[in-house]
Amino acid sequence: MSLLEIRGISKIYGNVNALRNVDMTVEQGEWLAVMGPSGSGKTTMMNIIGCMDKPSEGTVLLDGIDISTESARNLTSIRRDKIGLIFQQFHLINYLTALENVMVAQYYHSMPDEKEALQALDRVGLLARAKHLPSQLSGGEQQRVCIARALINYPMLVLADEPTGNLDEANEEIVLDIFRKLHEEGITIVVVTHDPEVAQEAQRTVILEHGRIARIVVNESGKGQEGE
Amino acid sequence: MTKRSMYFKMIASSLIRRRSRMFVALLAVAVGATILSGLVTIYYDIPRQMGQEFRSYGANFILVPASGEEALSETSAEAAVSLIPSDEVVGIAPYRYETVKINEQPFMAAGTELEEARKASPYWFVSGDWPETDGSVLIGQEVADTIRLLPGNTFTMTGTDGNGESFSREFRVSGVVQTGGTEEAFIFMSMADFVAAMGESGAYDVVECSISAPQTELEDIAASVTERVPDVAPRLVTRVTRSEGTVLTKLQALVFLVTAVVLLLTMICVATTMMAVVAERRKEIGLKKALGAPNRNIILEFMGEGLLLGCLGGVLGVILGFGFAQLIGVNVFSRSVHFQAALAPVTLIASVLITGLACMIPVRSATDVDPAIVLRGE
Repeated sequence: MSLLEIRGISKIYGNVNALRNVDMTVEQGEWLAVMGPSGSGKTTMMNIIGCMDKPSEGTVLLDGIDISTESARNLTSIRRDKIGLIFQQFHLINYLTALENVMVAQYYHSMPDEKEALQALDRVGLLARAKHLPSQLSGGEQQRVCIARALINYPMLVLADEPTGNLDEANEEIVLDIFRKLHEEGITIVVVTHDPEVAQEAQRTVILEHGRIARIVVNESGKGQEGE
Repeated sequence: MTKRSMYFKMIASSLIRRRSRMFVALLAVAVGATILSGLVTIYYDIPRQMGQEFRSYGANFILVPASGEEALSETSAEAAVSLIPSDEVVGIAPYRYETVKINEQPFMAAGTELEEARKASPYWFVSGDWPETDGSVLIGQEVADTIRLLPGNTFTMTGTDGNGESFSREFRVSGVVQTGGTEEAFIFMSMADFVAAMGESGAYDVVECSISAPQTELEDIAASVTERVPDVAPRLVTRVTRSEGTVLTKLQALVFLVTAVVLLLTMICVATTMMAVVAERRKEIGLKKALGAPNRNIILEFMGEGLLLGCLGGVLGVILGFGFAQLIGVNVFSRSVHFQAALAPVTLIASVLITGLACMIPVRSATDVDPAIVLRGE
């Protein structure tokens, strides 16, 4: 069974069809990229996969649960337990340290564990910056804190929205390297991106245009491909 | 780390590390709590403040012989006086009256404890001095006008003592008293001089008391005296006690009204500030929801911040409020106020409750934040 199975979903906002009859699957451990121009429906798809929105039509099965029919409260619970979110703008809480930002995710999930949070920061190379506030961290460091936060509860699916969109080349490489390691560890990753170089890292790239899947590209250079 | 300690760390960090933002909210709460604390202190101190003010208008409680009795025995008077709380006594002056003659004209002589009379009747205006030595008297303005005496003059008083024998004694006018009332027709002398001239009787005609207590308490004292000392009839000087009660009630009503308005304004101010705080932190709320925070957690966190602010503002309010009350006491009543320790928890609880109420609407709106909208990439 696929980890994520999208069957004929559409999303209509007033007169706008953000998504039209989209079918897609993501396998356990797969690294998938979603690309497309602005207005193609990438964000809408990310919101639906991330349990922050529901499709107008169709079904979305995440780990066998139909998230297109669940209540808002259940969606919050599913998001908390199964999904790790990474944002383009990092969205760290500015009055909490890097360590506390990671622990916030634990706090909402189960129980804050400082040791485990420090290990997560160590995993992204930020152990030495654990007590720093976001304002004292560079963009790349903030994004790594965001990744540590996304991983802390061992999610089934890591959903990243333009994770390198606000980073310089050096930091982009650091972040992609972390993604590669995560993929090697078997974590399922869905990355929404504008950047073809980032998309190329994935095993498959779903290209959206006008709310439809225009094509699906299997990336030969994708890290997952190497393993197959 | 437990969930609880993480919760407190989050709300404390939010207040400490966002000082400039939260200072405005804290200021709103502290100002409200200060005025609340100050006005409530004044509210409870008004009876004491005004009571002392009213004491300058003379006795408000008198003891006279019960019907059927000719005079108040000293023993009964002392028993009745012992029922008055000593810390509320301003002055207690026993009086004996006898008719005497000066230049063959009849006048009324009053023997009293002059120091106590002075305390009980601070409104008496004395030209000259209060008597300090034996043989010195105060005469009323009416007496002074009739027999043309001035302070420093001497005169001879004649009369009949308690044994029916005539006496003739010389007195010196120490001062002339003006009250605008019947006291101006009296000659006031110390009880010792009175007893020396008129003889010992072991009884008083009346005991005038000035007591710093509201009308209800005076009524209680009167009831107690009536019950325990039946040959003494206590009377409230209603023209004093009733007007005192009326003024106090009106003043307290005014302070109560102002306090209520201040509380309402504080609530509006805190609610507005918290609205701004919530609006400013929509992304943070969206992020927390995206991380899986249920609405209950969002409410608990914002309420926690609000209540902590209320608590801090309340503590500041207790301290600054006493200063505020002191300022009013000194400038309006010319007396310092007492620190009412029992009001401190009242201010704290009121401050926390008002802040909690004020936070309800903003916090409710925080739960309406849609993470998909506020976290949208730019």
